Amino acid sequence: MIFDLLGVPPQALFGQLLLGLINGSFYALLSLGLAVIFGMLNIINFAHGAQYMLGAFCAYFLLQFAGINYWLALIIAPIVVGAFGIVLERLFLKHLYKLDHLYGLLLTFGIALILEGIFRRYFGSSGIPYSPPQLLTGGYNLGFMYLPKYRAWVVICSLTVCLLTWFMIEKTRLGAYLRAATENPTLVRAFGINVPRMITLTYGFGVGLAALAGVMAAPIYNVSPQMGASLIIVVFAVVVIGGMGSIMGAIVTGFSLGIIEGLTKVFFPQASNTVIFVIMVIVLLTRPAGLFGRTT
Amino acid sequence: MKLLRTAIVSAAVLSAGTAYGQISDNLIKIGVLSDMSGLYADLGGPGSVLAARLAVEDFDAKGKGLNVEIIGGDHQNKADIGSNLARTWIDTEKVDVIVDVPNSGVALAVAEVVRDKNKVFLANGPASSDLTGAKCTPNNIHWTYDTWALANGTGNAIVKTGGKTWFFLTADYAFGHALERDTTAVINKNGGKVVGSVRHPLNTQDFSSFLLQAQASKAQIVGLANAGGDTINSIKQASEFGIVSGGQNLAGLLVFLTDVHALGLKTAQGLIFTEAWYWDMNDANRAFAKRFAAQNGGKYPTMIHAGVYASVLHYLKAVQALKSDDGKAVVAKMKEMPTEDPLFGKGTIRVDGRHIHDMYLFEVKKPDESKGPWDYYKLRATIPAAEAFRPLNEGNCPLVKG
Repeated sequence: MIFDLLGVPPQALFGQLLLGLINGSFYALLSLGLAVIFGMLNIINFAHGAQYMLGAFCAYFLLQFAGINYWLALIIAPIVVGAFGIVLERLFLKHLYKLDHLYGLLLTFGIALILEGIFRRYFGSSGIPYSPPQLLTGGYNLGFMYLPKYRAWVVICSLTVCLLTWFMIEKTRLGAYLRAATENPTLVRAFGINVPRMITLTYGFGVGLAALAGVMAAPIYNVSPQMGASLIIVVFAVVVIGGMGSIMGAIVTGFSLGIIEGLTKVFFPQASNTVIFVIMVIVLLTRPAGLFGRTT
Repeated sequence: MKLLRTAIVSAAVLSAGTAYGQISDNLIKIGVLSDMSGLYADLGGPGSVLAARLAVEDFDAKGKGLNVEIIGGDHQNKADIGSNLARTWIDTEKVDVIVDVPNSGVALAVAEVVRDKNKVFLANGPASSDLTGAKCTPNNIHWTYDTWALANGTGNAIVKTGGKTWFFLTADYAFGHALERDTTAVINKNGGKVVGSVRHPLNTQDFSSFLLQAQASKAQIVGLANAGGDTINSIKQASEFGIVSGGQNLAGLLVFLTDVHALGLKTAQGLIFTEAWYWDMNDANRAFAKRFAAQNGGKYPTMIHAGVYASVLHYLKAVQALKSDDGKAVVAKMKEMPTEDPLFGKGTIRVDGRHIHDMYLFEVKKPDESKGPWDYYKLRATIPAAEAFRPLNEGNCPLVKG
């Protein structure tokens, strides 16, 4: 009955909910990386979109020049791009930890512009095709919608990675060290733990997550220099809504905003690229620390 | 994101001519205003600056004693940025003619600025047929194509081969609205029917939700009233969601060579669409394409690039004939002189500013029909110049009397 009220057949609504979940899994994966980096390093990583784009390009290069397929790219690309992130951290970011957040933001924003500019110079703005792996082509007819296999895989893969990351940071000893190091690095160092190295590796891990999302996005969207730029603002809104630095906040908000955006595409498509920011404004007005953030 | 990206590219072709007394500052300054970094950058963008430069070279401005300088700028697909840049160019940089401007929203704003300042606007990138319709100005030439011509070419061809029911995916701004309106008119005229449409924001990444709505509509044809990166993503995802294997067909109402290149033939094969120019049609086009690609990182020219080249060439001829760069006078001269250039051949410009030439209906080749990169189209039909564009008296252009 509620469906009649909304004027949308239930099949269409279920389909849109599922699609929202799929898009939400990209938001979740990307905002997770951002939340990890912000929570542990206090760096607002504006290069995240560019690193996501690098992941997609890395997958393309691996296939094109080394014949390495999607499945291996899923592992190799995050490592390569993560290593690049580590270099960035060692060369530039480590000098900024004591300064205001803005410096990190400006630096990473600049890096993002440079990277996108370089790729646009050589590959144009339209991008390059990348086919999904043979195993994941085709789809299932669910009755209420046609679900491409690849999209189903994206949801499962993203959920798994998100939950594993959450578990690692919140429930393991390594995670406890990390959290302690952000609270009081001097004390943790006194226990004989190499805090700078841990921070570097954390940044590399966050960047690797972005690259992983990039590889997963490659078969859906064209591999193009702008792919990150158009996503990064939304993902930042997700992080702000979830609460800066909150891991679970990033995951839950990522998925739920994907769904809300999906629903907007049915009821008022024109607003689908603004709805997230409207929510951000409301959340910031009522809960300035975000839905899952701790006020300190 | 793009605030810092306004790139100014400048290429000067200077000489010490004095023969043109009526030319302000003794200099013709061409401003190529385009999307230099976004979803339309490949179909216009830096390539349009190059095309303008080639036109200046071929015109032999230097040899004719005409000082010509080219600058380029990024409007970032925002009407306010585009019209501000145009105003700055005209006021402080002494720009005489603004070229390209893909994105109809920006173009309609720029056209107003150019009219107020009495300069010249050579529209190549924008599609909206309003530029020569209700919004036409005496300072404006619309060269390459428009939404009416696209609708007339592609819409007609598809409705006549049985695609009677349509669902539109429309980019939510001036261009998409105009293209949907003009195509709907063609569909209705031929006894077809539009069963629904959905308007998506410009520069959308994910089309799955819209495609699902198109699927649910059960329309025979899903018409894509969008362009550039939006078209690429919608075609790619339509194939992923089994739109075509489910029995529906796609109609790309505006598809460029660079879009097909980005999609790959495997995904794009069989698409039918209308264009004004393709590089592999005759020797002159091929020679231009080779020369262009060599200076454009190997990327071949789109019809917009060809249009920029041809319109700049014709503009310079008119300036030379008139020995003046007065906006209205030059445009009037351009309309009076028949056009002739290596890429569009012989043609005319109507009183409403519409350049008249043949349009072509192309089909994208199958992967095994293509000899290599950029060999993508086969010609399905030629739409003769007389039928390719909206009849003069139907556009409601105030310049057309009677």
